[in-house]
Amino acid sequence: MLEVKSISKDWREFRLRDISFEVKKNEYFIILGPSGAGKTLLLELIAGIFVPDSGRIFMDGKDITFLPPEKRDLAYIPQNYALFPHMKVYDNIAYGLRLRKIPKNEIDKRIREIAETLEISHLLHRKPETLSGGEAQRVAIARALILEPRVILLDEPFANLDPQTRAKLIQEMKRWRKELNFTALHVTHSFEEAVSLGDRVGVMLNGTLIQTGDVREVFSKPKNEEVAKFLGFENIIEGIAEGRILRTNGISIELPIEVKGKVRIGIRPEDIVISSEPIKSSARNEFKARVLAVEDLGSLARLTLDVGVIQLRAFITRSSLIEMGIEEGKEVYLSFKATAIHVF
Amino acid sequence: MKRDYVTAFFALIGTFMILYILLPLVVIISKQLLDWEMLSKALQDELVLTALRNSLITSTATMLLSLFFGVPLGYILARKNFKGKSFVQAVVDVPIVIPHSVVGIMLLVTFSNRILDSYLGIIMAMLFVSAPFTINAARDGFLAVDEKLEHVARTLGATKLKAFFTVSIPIAMPSILSGAIMTWARAISEVGAILIIAYYPKTAQILVMEYFNNYGLRASRPISVILVLLSLSIFVILRWFVGRSKQ
Repeated sequence: MLEVKSISKDWREFRLRDISFEVKKNEYFIILGPSGAGKTLLLELIAGIFVPDSGRIFMDGKDITFLPPEKRDLAYIPQNYALFPHMKVYDNIAYGLRLRKIPKNEIDKRIREIAETLEISHLLHRKPETLSGGEAQRVAIARALILEPRVILLDEPFANLDPQTRAKLIQEMKRWRKELNFTALHVTHSFEEAVSLGDRVGVMLNGTLIQTGDVREVFSKPKNEEVAKFLGFENIIEGIAEGRILRTNGISIELPIEVKGKVRIGIRPEDIVISSEPIKSSARNEFKARVLAVEDLGSLARLTLDVGVIQLRAFITRSSLIEMGIEEGKEVYLSFKATAIHVF
Repeated sequence: MKRDYVTAFFALIGTFMILYILLPLVVIISKQLLDWEMLSKALQDELVLTALRNSLITSTATMLLSLFFGVPLGYILARKNFKGKSFVQAVVDVPIVIPHSVVGIMLLVTFSNRILDSYLGIIMAMLFVSAPFTINAARDGFLAVDEKLEHVARTLGATKLKAFFTVSIPIAMPSILSGAIMTWARAISEVGAILIIAYYPKTAQILVMEYFNNYGLRASRPISVILVLLSLSIFVILRWFVGRSKQ
């Protein structure tokens, strides 16, 4: 749907180099990268605020590289939300519809609807300066989504919020997606947002998009050491949760909390315990695994373990490695506590 | 607590300045109020009324012209970086450093008879000396408007011009209006350039001079007082409106 082809741009201290990716219809695409990677500049190129030095941007096959922002049918939500300070919340949300000369009662109806979904009905008469960060973010999202744009561009949407509000908004964003069915391109430095919301993710470092793919795939198979370092080697497992049990490809994992539906969970490699014999303990998730690879990291070793159909990474001390005689192809038992699991 | 002597000292010196500005105002107004007869005579003098009307019309026209030409220029100065920008900025400030009699001479040399003794001449003299206030205030107003707001307006469907009128202008409005009021105030207080370009049609500030030269201090006082009260009240009311719209 939205296709970016070999975009390059130098602007101030930012340089984007040969960036290509595609966002498919109804997909939630996340660009993950540290601050200063040029993520905002990339969004501004797609929004039409700047023009790339080279490369092309396509929307449904049509070249939009040089179209002005108002002709692109995209909505851009910058990091500071950019609510119009001189307008009430209602007028902020109505802004785009009024430009499109939609009849007044139709505008009113649509605003009431979206305000209800985003739970901002009680804020409609307020001025933006009186809103909290979370409220302002909801209003900014409403103002963008009410136009039913082909893609919404979100720049670090949750970065300026306190942790609780942030966690809540991330969960709600999942619900809004189901209800409003939009396509999103979201840039962030937050690993958690990427795993929680992303269908696919692109990792951007120093102005280059290094790896793009399914979230689980990118996290489990970082293309190079740089990406692996940035992602922090977390094990990401995807499955269907039913109460406290997550089922994925024939194995069941006990979860620390009750959830329902498709979820991703994360386990840190250092929380995985390796043993040669099964440990009898009810508080643990335990699986038989085969060692696929052993990487020497000095005093630690990193194991890649094959558990039926999923692969996990674990750290083990060098001495345990020698003691247990672990080598490629050996069968071991791995276990981790339910409390060590992070449910995204 | 130790007393804050520095602040007290500064406040004391500052007070002298305030008193220095207020004293002549209070003196001339109170003296005139004691001389009620002259004041009421001046208020019925056709010449005085016409001159006051001319002053108001020309300074208001000047303010509107400064908005029309100054606001777009202020926007460019706030948003764009271009070669020669500092030169343009310097040109905007030039009228402030030129003596106003010289401004009159320059305009007359340039436009000669076409502006001599006409409303056009008065307005041109006023515009030259007072437009910088509007331009600079508009520039500062636009600088304070986050460019992201304009960008978002564009992606929501506004053309550049539409975004300018629906987002940038309303947010910068208090600053622009403050500048416009200063322009108006500077225009109605202009004498030097007008004296040279357009002695007629008679404006109130010129009439004050004429009465002083011909009939002396007492004759020029009532019209001075009327002019001061009129300008001050309009100035105060406009400032109050702008201050309110800021909140």
